[in-house]
Amino acid sequence: MRDSVRFRLNGRPVSLQTDGTRKLLWVLRNDLELTGTKYGCGEGLCGSCTVLVDGRAVRACQADLASVQGREVVTIEGLARGDRLHPLQQAFHEHGGLQCGYCTPGMILGAVALLQANPRPTREQIVQGMEGHLCRCGAHQRIVAAIQAVSAQRGGRDD
Amino acid sequence: MTDATRIGRRDFVKALGGGILVLVSLPAAGLGRDAEAQGRAYPTDVNAYLHIAEDGTVTLHSGKIEMGQGVMTSLTQMAAEDLGVALTSIRIVMGDTASCPWDAGTWGSMTTRFFGPAVRAAAAQARLILTDLAATRLGVPRTALSVENGVVFVTAARSRRVTFGELARGQRITHTVDERAVLRAVREFTVMGRSPKRLDGPEKVTGAAKYTADVRLPGMLYARIVRPPAHGATLRRLDTAAAEAVAGVRVVNHDGLVAVLSPDWETSDRAVRLVRADWDVPAPAFGTESVFDHLVQAAADPRTTESAGDVEAGRQQSARTFDVTYRHPYVAHAPIEPHAALAEVKDGKATVWASTQAPFSLQPQIARGLGFRVEDVRVITPYVGGGFGGKAAGQQAVEAARLAQAAGRPVQVGWTRAEEFFYDTFDPAALVRVVSGVDASGRLTLWDYQVYGAGGRGTEVFYDVPNRRVRVYGGRSGEGAAPYHPFAVGPWRAPGANTNRFAAEQQIDAMASAAGVDPLEFRLRNTTDARMLSVLRAVGQASGWQPAVAPRRTGRGRGLACGIDAGTYVAHVAEVTVDRATGAVQVERVVCAQEMGIVVNPDGAKMQVEGCVTMGLGYALTEEVRFEGGRVLEANFDTYPLPRFSWVPRIETVLVPNDDLAPQGGGEPAIVNMGGVVANAIFDAAGVRMLRLPMTRERVLAEIGRG
Repeated sequence: MRDSVRFRLNGRPVSLQTDGTRKLLWVLRNDLELTGTKYGCGEGLCGSCTVLVDGRAVRACQADLASVQGREVVTIEGLARGDRLHPLQQAFHEHGGLQCGYCTPGMILGAVALLQANPRPTREQIVQGMEGHLCRCGAHQRIVAAIQAVSAQRGGRDD
Repeated sequence: MTDATRIGRRDFVKALGGGILVLVSLPAAGLGRDAEAQGRAYPTDVNAYLHIAEDGTVTLHSGKIEMGQGVMTSLTQMAAEDLGVALTSIRIVMGDTASCPWDAGTWGSMTTRFFGPAVRAAAAQARLILTDLAATRLGVPRTALSVENGVVFVTAARSRRVTFGELARGQRITHTVDERAVLRAVREFTVMGRSPKRLDGPEKVTGAAKYTADVRLPGMLYARIVRPPAHGATLRRLDTAAAEAVAGVRVVNHDGLVAVLSPDWETSDRAVRLVRADWDVPAPAFGTESVFDHLVQAAADPRTTESAGDVEAGRQQSARTFDVTYRHPYVAHAPIEPHAALAEVKDGKATVWASTQAPFSLQPQIARGLGFRVEDVRVITPYVGGGFGGKAAGQQAVEAARLAQAAGRPVQVGWTRAEEFFYDTFDPAALVRVVSGVDASGRLTLWDYQVYGAGGRGTEVFYDVPNRRVRVYGGRSGEGAAPYHPFAVGPWRAPGANTNRFAAEQQIDAMASAAGVDPLEFRLRNTTDARMLSVLRAVGQASGWQPAVAPRRTGRGRGLACGIDAGTYVAHVAEVTVDRATGAVQVERVVCAQEMGIVVNPDGAKMQVEGCVTMGLGYALTEEVRFEGGRVLEANFDTYPLPRFSWVPRIETVLVPNDDLAPQGGGEPAIVNMGGVVANAIFDAAGVRMLRLPMTRERVLAEIGRG
């Protein structure tokens, strides 16, 4: 089945002729060669395929391609502005909020969505907001610190 | 990794034209005890490690791989330090069998301990040679020269200088030295002992970092392999007609390895579900709970790894004896990146990209699978998305290579999470029985330790016990007592030590409690090992330890555990709350004191401690692979809970300095105490002994109910 699916991806228009029931994850990785979005579990349980759809965190392994019709999709490749990292990318790097790096793209995009929805979260709100993201290396403490630091830079609370 | 992973070392040298080739006419002493233990040595030729290009760019070649543990950064620091260049002027190529020096595998916290010295020796040797060449160029004796940031200059006249790049320019120099280079001393360090940001950080936060499943080749196909429902199952009937009818799909069969191939993963995944396969599954002989009896009954004869005094005499001297059995289930590695490989087989040669901890041991495995010579197989290791010992085996790489050979096209094999749980080489189920004793004054008198299934790591007795014996049954794999385990088992972060410290440190704790002595005081009284005393005192101080006899049964508790792993001494204090109504355990704070000799990158070392503490909460509290015979009952993270953000305690790490000792292991030691320290804290909080891992809320609640 061929569908025509159009959306904006990392600021650029995309038009695809493909089956709209395919999952966004595989379309990104295979058709569009944006491999920063990772497969981790295929059931929406780990968060490593998280992307932004209209600013909200979405598990790309669970999202039909057709569901992003007409929407704005941002993957990890579209977060930096040229050579300038997004503040959360910078903070993850500076705080050592990553080890193997495999969960990192989904983690960062999850954090972007979290701070968009709540620019000044408490520590508890950060923990709850990131709870659905798995990291096996154990970078959690530093990831929370990175998110707190960005929130604080923007005038948020640092508690 | 870097674009240099795409080309061979010879091509690399050719591409750069000149460069300094260095020959060292020295014995290999010091280059790699790890390698020697494997019957193979690290190369003595400096060129195997380092290449200095005309523009002064240095390339470091490492058979070790980067899987999150940070050795890309720490190895570069070591090379930069002893070569005398800035960190930023070194590029590193890792895990490419065509361009990197042979290595047994990245495990055992051995990179810094054993490969590190080889890198430092090579770098120091190269610095000596470059200084030698500069002495000729500048017409001064070598002793008049200094090296800094890739520049050799006359110490007394800085303007008389020549760069490494200039020394290398446009020529191919072979230089022989007969002198052993001296490594920089700790007080001279400018790159080591500091904490630069991870070199892999920028690529990993932008999505630019390539993992195996991210590599693309023209015409590549994605495989989904037909899998049995249980280990030990045999195929009775196979019908692939419906799968083959799907547009774009091919089914290949390489000596019983049956796979569906197509140009996109989803199509292959859909088609493989149309394959009809009937399997004969043998009746299960044992399962999740009955495995422990099996481990004891089927065990091979023990190895006695430690023996002193007389255990019978020890019984006589004991005012109280303790006979306790501890159990550890199968535990999965569960890296977030599942195993993946991409293979291209062309003109009698194979190139395989693989998520692996052991590219050089994959080479012969793949060669056997294809009927190739080892030298016709090249393994390239992109970034690895977590290993923990689980990427030491190479099944997926052999599968990809065989399918690529059958298909005549490049093939990617990327395991699903269910395949990951099925084919993981689990941390084995194990049972420990300890009989110990203490005299009326609180001195240890007896330690009779038996372990089945976990192996001996972490069993060494650093307490002063006059009468002791340690017996290790069956190693980790049963050693001939087949079938000891119903599926593959293998190394898992500090293999065996998690089981053994869980048992030993609870046993010690139980004796301290019975003797009415504070747990820290009891340990300090019963060991004279200076390094152990130093980490025990450090963790006591950093945690604000106040003497008290456990258990206090207030719902809040603190525990202590200590151990030795990979040459490193480590002690933990954990503070927990136990909900007596639900059995839920929350670990609120963990303080870890670690003495690991010279620390190459203190912040990197702390990251490893934090990772160990966090990962350790999983095997301590929830992780358990349930099974019936060869049938694995876990398939995804919904039934196999990993530690999450809300579980993570405040983690504080104290690195106890010891610059008199070469760098020791850092990737594993801090995980070995996690089972024991949490169990001891639960005991203090609730007065119950948790003898079976994981300490789930159901098990804690059951123990509270029994107490």
